[in-house]
Amino acid sequence: MNFWGFSISEARVIDYDKNDKTLAQIMATEVPSSKLCIGCGGCTATCSAGNLTEFNIRKLQMLAKRGENKELQTQLHKCMLCGKCLLVCPRGVDTRRMIWSMLRFINS
Amino acid sequence: MYYDPFVLPFSIGLNVLLIYLVIKYIRWIRTFSPKDRRTIRRNIFSLKTLKAGKEVFLESLVHHKIFRTNPFLGYMHMCFGLGWFLLIVVGKIESLVYHTSIFNPPYFAIFFRYFHPAQETFPYCNTFAFLMDLILLMILSGLTLALLKRLYSRALGLKKTTKHRPFDLLILTVLWLIFPFRFLAESFTSGVRGGGSFLTHSAGNFFDSFLPIESLAYPAWWAYSIALGLFFLLLPFSRYMHIPTEMVYIFLKNWGIKQGKRFTAISQFQLYACSRCGICIDRCQLGSSLGQLDTQPVYFLKKIRHGKDHSVQDLNCLMCGRCEAACPVDLKLNALRLTQRPDYTRITRSTFEYIPTPSPARNKVAYFAGCMGHLTPSVIQAMERIFQKAGVDYTFIDREKGICCGRPMMLAGNHRAASVLVEKNKASIQQSGADILVTSCPICYKTFREEYHLDIQVMHHTEYLDLLIRNKQLIPHPSDQKTVFHNPCELGRGCDVYAAPAHVLQAVSQRIATAYDDKNSLCCGGSLANLYIRPEQRTQISSDALHAYLAYHPDVLVTACPLCKKTFTKTENAVPVKDIAEMVAENC
Ligand code: SF4
Ligand code: SF4
Ligand code: SF4
Ligand code: SF4
Repeated sequence: MNFWGFSISEARVIDYDKNDKTLAQIMATEVPSSKLCIGCGGCTATCSAGNLTEFNIRKLQMLAKRGENKELQTQLHKCMLCGKCLLVCPRGVDTRRMIWSMLRFINS
Repeated sequence: MYYDPFVLPFSIGLNVLLIYLVIKYIRWIRTFSPKDRRTIRRNIFSLKTLKAGKEVFLESLVHHKIFRTNPFLGYMHMCFGLGWFLLIVVGKIESLVYHTSIFNPPYFAIFFRYFHPAQETFPYCNTFAFLMDLILLMILSGLTLALLKRLYSRALGLKKTTKHRPFDLLILTVLWLIFPFRFLAESFTSGVRGGGSFLTHSAGNFFDSFLPIESLAYPAWWAYSIALGLFFLLLPFSRYMHIPTEMVYIFLKNWGIKQGKRFTAISQFQLYACSRCGICIDRCQLGSSLGQLDTQPVYFLKKIRHGKDHSVQDLNCLMCGRCEAACPVDLKLNALRLTQRPDYTRITRSTFEYIPTPSPARNKVAYFAGCMGHLTPSVIQAMERIFQKAGVDYTFIDREKGICCGRPMMLAGNHRAASVLVEKNKASIQQSGADILVTSCPICYKTFREEYHLDIQVMHHTEYLDLLIRNKQLIPHPSDQKTVFHNPCELGRGCDVYAAPAHVLQAVSQRIATAYDDKNSLCCGGSLANLYIRPEQRTQISSDALHAYLAYHPDVLVTACPLCKKTFTKTENAVPVKDIAEMVAENC
């Protein structure tokens, strides 16, 4: 209960040994440019879906790389594949292809 | 009466082929949807059938589209197509005049010179002999060209020629042997018994001087018959299936059967109607800029047909439509490619619930900038200025909470998800109560026109600007800037809009004509349809296209698509790249 306006955060541990890294591996081979991301957030800033709702593509790709796929499963479908993120990325990350590959993985 | 065992290979081959084709086509046609079948029934006894007949003559026999692309290649195909056709028709008439019975067997006309005793004359026999020799000469000249093409493909203006399987080489050899055998058989017979005309008669006398033609004539007829029979037997398994299939496809197309989103019977017809002429290879920028020579329609269709893995080819295509615009068989290559991208989305009611229900202000004119429009604010500003100058009141549908039109989703195969976006956008467009919907993005434009089924007028901003200028609501003053126009794939080849941008650009600048005008415009490389190439490869395509345009030394490179503009400006900024709306806004 958050009675006093304060709460204790849940423990946040990224357990690389337990996390499922299949998706991360697929991304690394199918979309090698995903490794170039510097997390600048340009993609999120321009995102058509992110403009309307809680949807952060920069964060999602970071989670995927860590093997924390749970949030991905519920969030990724919100993407409209419009491709704006691809055009603004300063690092040449093929974000749209990356999302497409992740979606295919999640759905199969 | 007229019979000799040597006609058997030909007759067996022909009959087996005909039976095979009839069974195959009927099996495909039976899988047409009831709607398609109704369409066929409605149109089969209409002028469309005549139109199709004309097209069959022009394309399957004269090959007039190949002529336009490459006269050498056109002549070569015509020699085979029209030549063979004439040989059959004129030969049949000749045999009828001689024998006066329609019911003589097919082989009688084909092997007429063998059965006809040369000393016996009939009306116009010399004219017929002359004609038949002329046609044979025409085919043989085409054959020589084809041989040269194999040896020196570059000399004929073709950079690349299609690669062949061993089986294809076999049937190619058989095909190439048919007419030389006929030539030899007729010449030998003429040398022995007389008959023939300038070609076979002279050749007969010539061969007689040093060959035992008496004993060679009969085997030559056997060889000719065997070559024909073998060709007919091999045809169904080779690329020459395109000869009969193309004709059926032309009829189906003219009757109104469309290539839909799924791979259906009409797709099968197209698969087999591809003649592997290879014209699509030279048109493809994935080949010219990236050296990728396995994804062009000729290879893509071949892989599907032979059941080879085509997963890369499914995704590796810009859908720029350059190949489709040049394909002499008029195959719907983009739509075919799209049928191979499966819909794997699992969307639920809540997936796109986050998209708010819009309520744009009501107005006569509605403007939709599109996602890409929002990436290039200068285009939106230009349009706002133009609306203001022209005194047009409008409602801006996606000013703040805009969503994607759905086409990028469709291009990825995800039609279910796309349909939700379509519904959402459609609701806000209808809410606006507009009569005219103007959009700046050719991608949205195509989707609005083809997938939204709106009952209002949809215009791309180039068309709308053209309208404003013609109505004198907008009076631009021409500047002396030299411009080159890059017609976006989705606008030109995609929606057939060529005249409007040309008019507008002429009104505001000095437009330079290029080799890339109209149907020949290049792809900027930014296409969302390609799900395979890497970003740096996109940049390569973009850079090559840019340099091709800049070779004409324009002051400004003008386009009409925010995605093209963004892609080009990202690549290089040697010369400013502007949208046509910006050009107009600056000059009025
Ligand atoms: S814009 Fe590119 S570099 Fe920046 S966070 Fe997004 S993907 Fe990474
Ligand atoms: S493609 Fe998806 S993630 Fe990228 S900008 Fe569009 S909606 Fe956002
Ligand atoms: S797809 Fe069209 S252009 Fe390409 S090889 Fe086939 S017939 Fe020729
Ligand atoms: S549509 Fe364009 S990219 Fe695709 S095969 Fe044809 S020419 Fe090449």
